[in-house]
Amino acid sequence: MKNYLNTVNSDWFSQRITGVILCITVAFSVLFVRVFYLQIIEGETYRRLSENNSIRLQSVDAPRGLIFDANRSLLVDNRPSFDLGIILKDAKPLEETVDKLAGYLDIPATEITTKIKAARGVPSYKPIFIKRDIGRNAMAAVEVHKFDLPGVTINIRPVRHYISSMHASHLIGYLGEINSDELESGDYVGCRGGDYIGRFGIEKSYEDMLRGKRGGRQVEVNVRGQVVRVMKTVDALPGRNLFLTVDTSLQKLAESLMTDKVGAVVAMDPDNGHILAMVSNPMFDQNAFVSGLSHDEWNALLSNPDHPMTNKVLQGEYPPASTYKIVTAIAGLEEAVIDEETIFNCPGYYVLGNRVFRCWKRGGHGKVDIHRAIAESCDVYFYQVGEAVGVDRLAHYATAFGLGSPTGINLDNEASGLIPTSQWKRKRLGEPWQKGETLTIAIGQGFNLTTPLQMSSLVAAIANGGTLYRPVIVGSVETADGNVLQTGSPHVSGRLNISEKSLAIVRKGLWAVVNGKRGTARGSRLKGIEMSGKTGTAQVVAIKEPDREGGQTDKKEVEHRFKDHAWFVAYAPSADPTIAVAVIVEHGEHGSSTAAPIAKAVIQLYIEKKEGEYQAGQSAGSGELLSQMEGRIANNE
Amino acid sequence: MFDRRLVQYFDWGLLGLVTLLSVFGLVTLYSAVTAGGTSPHHALYVKQFMWYGVGFVAMIFSFLFSYKTIEKWADVIYIGCNSLLVAVLIFGKLAGGSKRWLILGPISVQPSEIAKVAVIIILARYYSKFASDRGLTIKGLVNPLIYILIPCLLIVNQPDLGTAMVIMLIAATMTIFVKIERRTLIGIITTGMVSIPLVWFFLKGYQKERILTFLDPGRDPLGAGYHIIQSKIAIGSGMIAGKGFLKGTQNALSFLPEQHTDFIFSVLAEEWGFLGSAALLILFLLLILWGLNIAHGCRDNFGTILSVGVTALIAWQVLINIGMVMGLMPVVGVPLPFVSYGGSSIVTMMVCIGILMNVSMRRFLFEKG
Repeated sequence: MKNYLNTVNSDWFSQRITGVILCITVAFSVLFVRVFYLQIIEGETYRRLSENNSIRLQSVDAPRGLIFDANRSLLVDNRPSFDLGIILKDAKPLEETVDKLAGYLDIPATEITTKIKAARGVPSYKPIFIKRDIGRNAMAAVEVHKFDLPGVTINIRPVRHYISSMHASHLIGYLGEINSDELESGDYVGCRGGDYIGRFGIEKSYEDMLRGKRGGRQVEVNVRGQVVRVMKTVDALPGRNLFLTVDTSLQKLAESLMTDKVGAVVAMDPDNGHILAMVSNPMFDQNAFVSGLSHDEWNALLSNPDHPMTNKVLQGEYPPASTYKIVTAIAGLEEAVIDEETIFNCPGYYVLGNRVFRCWKRGGHGKVDIHRAIAESCDVYFYQVGEAVGVDRLAHYATAFGLGSPTGINLDNEASGLIPTSQWKRKRLGEPWQKGETLTIAIGQGFNLTTPLQMSSLVAAIANGGTLYRPVIVGSVETADGNVLQTGSPHVSGRLNISEKSLAIVRKGLWAVVNGKRGTARGSRLKGIEMSGKTGTAQVVAIKEPDREGGQTDKKEVEHRFKDHAWFVAYAPSADPTIAVAVIVEHGEHGSSTAAPIAKAVIQLYIEKKEGEYQAGQSAGSGELLSQMEGRIANNE
Repeated sequence: MFDRRLVQYFDWGLLGLVTLLSVFGLVTLYSAVTAGGTSPHHALYVKQFMWYGVGFVAMIFSFLFSYKTIEKWADVIYIGCNSLLVAVLIFGKLAGGSKRWLILGPISVQPSEIAKVAVIIILARYYSKFASDRGLTIKGLVNPLIYILIPCLLIVNQPDLGTAMVIMLIAATMTIFVKIERRTLIGIITTGMVSIPLVWFFLKGYQKERILTFLDPGRDPLGAGYHIIQSKIAIGSGMIAGKGFLKGTQNALSFLPEQHTDFIFSVLAEEWGFLGSAALLILFLLLILWGLNIAHGCRDNFGTILSVGVTALIAWQVLINIGMVMGLMPVVGVPLPFVSYGGSSIVTMMVCIGILMNVSMRRFLFEKG
């Protein structure tokens, strides 16, 4: 081994250091030359540019993606908002300018001065916004007198425009100004103060798609702050366009049927989970959010007892009531507790221990089989099925239907509902499960909670033979020039492991609900279209105890807020379903009288429209033939 | 055992130079945080003063013990520093999309700043033992490469490309200083020239775009490109005598980005003109030459290489920072020593000065015996 320590010494290092000094001197010379060049040779030019702060950056907003319905008709676009601002640095003399401006805008000059004073932190070369969305007339007036108004700028900002007000508001949602926490979170790339981001509905859950990418311009301005030269431009990238699965005509019909009712309607294509209509009433005016709600308006929305700011389709949790008998029936059949031949006697009540459980029909249904039990919604029949199956096996089937957990729709704050088990009760309430509670669960009361969306998925799964689809609201995402980026392809979230036979029995029962002689929804039969469904009347918890024990059943005296909720879930056509619907009307009392007619109308419109399209396609050829024939006849004459 | 010669050999000149630079820095920072009337920044100025105090103590600490002690503790310092870099990736505070800070009670520390010094120390120790006048061969370069890559990869992960780049440049400077064997050097250069196009070929579009923008800020006219234009206007508009203290318009109107950290030279150049900027450049040049002179005066291999490394750190930061704000270099977040706001940077710089003093005042140890 060589001893390296002897091979280098300080004399050797001296040479190396001289080399380093040489390099350093060269590098610093470059810096000196550069400073000299910038400050002495080009100094004049830069001084001139600096005096006016004349190189400025102007941002170019990216238009937000548009939203269309399933038929590619426009639901949401952008309109220009003219925001008037004043750049203090250029606005000289200030007072005179403010006075003139006040005249054109028709607002007191003091209001403008207050705004200017409030914006003390804003650098003097940046506009202070005096009034947003001033409208075309005021904008024109200001533009015409531009030279009298130094420093006054009009900034055109695209804002959201919801083409029909009060239409699909919960589904589409609205925008709100980004707050400082969100800006700092780093989740909103390219956003800055004053930007609007999705706050609700699709606007929120598809924010990343809808938001474009801001562009900008480097410009040189003159003494008056007017652009004299555009130096460089970076184009803004518009947001992506969304094509929803929702059919506007269906949506509008459902909305009109829900007017002055509180509740929800959701329609789904059972073959792929595409949402065809989604209504939650009362709605809110999305356009009101564009110019900003006042504090009072916002509070009024929040404190409204009918909760207009909740999308009841997926956030509303209701006891499923008799619609849950679909689950109980499947459970009973699959667990071999009952079969098609099983008959229970219904005297109008059922006794378990020392408690009496009533059937909704006081006089009783007599001898009923599963078919009649579904069609006429016999409580006593299902009490016995439930008792035999037990709460935990019942919960097993309910969970298989997707109840008790969110469906996974791409919308915010979806509720999961609740399917109780004995273990759940022990954990949550510290009490053991009571057998009587199983009976209430079996008819969809008690702890059970479901959302209308879950119930529509459930009925869709019955309709399509046992497949649960994750509900889809966006059919395709496209770029501004029409390149398809994403399609709403179906996503299977579960398959029911139940026999064809059980399914067939239940389907037959659901058919009879509408079409049977004594079916609970017989009043909503449709001409030419066979519909299957199930009614439900959900007791509102507050009334339950006093009503049952005190025996006061005079419903007319019951306050509106204690009235029962009305449910109806359905699909059609019964043989080969193309639509599944769930309707809930809060305090609508009877599923058959308030909820079923709404489902009926929605189904009718959808199927007739579908047939119409089919016929139109068919008759296109024959129509041509017909006109040719007519022509011939004319010639003959 | 206190040696009287320690006082006799104390480097008063170096202390004077650093004091001058610090005054320059504090005056400029005052302008940068005051102008525009934004008050919240005022607190930064007070903080910077406190950091100078901490830095002063750190400097004294750095020359109190002989640098021979530093050599002995090189491994501990190096490992400790890498542990901090790992800690910052796990516990670090996320700010502006990167994790660079460790929060320790009331203060936040940037371990990547300390890493610069740690790498210098460990490399100096290695080279002091294995350098030869024939130059280093591939075999001798394996260890230094590992020493450099560990902290650099950790820092790139933060991500802080600027600091990682500075560390590589310092390491390269030290390695070339102790000489690389000719054939090895040619080999390294050819490998580099061949691999760059190859790597380029495999990069994705956006990665290429990022590198191109880094090399040419003009490609990003709304971000870095715009900042450089404004910085050049600020510097150029200073002309010969400057606009005067607190009178810089570019600065006052907050046209400059990061005016108290990375772009502070623009503030100085705008307000003090060519006279001010030239004076600052001369001060930096003097400081660097002083450092090299200390290396020259040292009779011990470790001391020499250590001084060169520390001087290289100061030199590279000055060159990169000032080069960047004048549009000569890519836009990297490298602070200007003694001038930019930043506690970790100030303390690191003061430690560097302490190390230089340490080597300088102990040169007698090898003179007579």
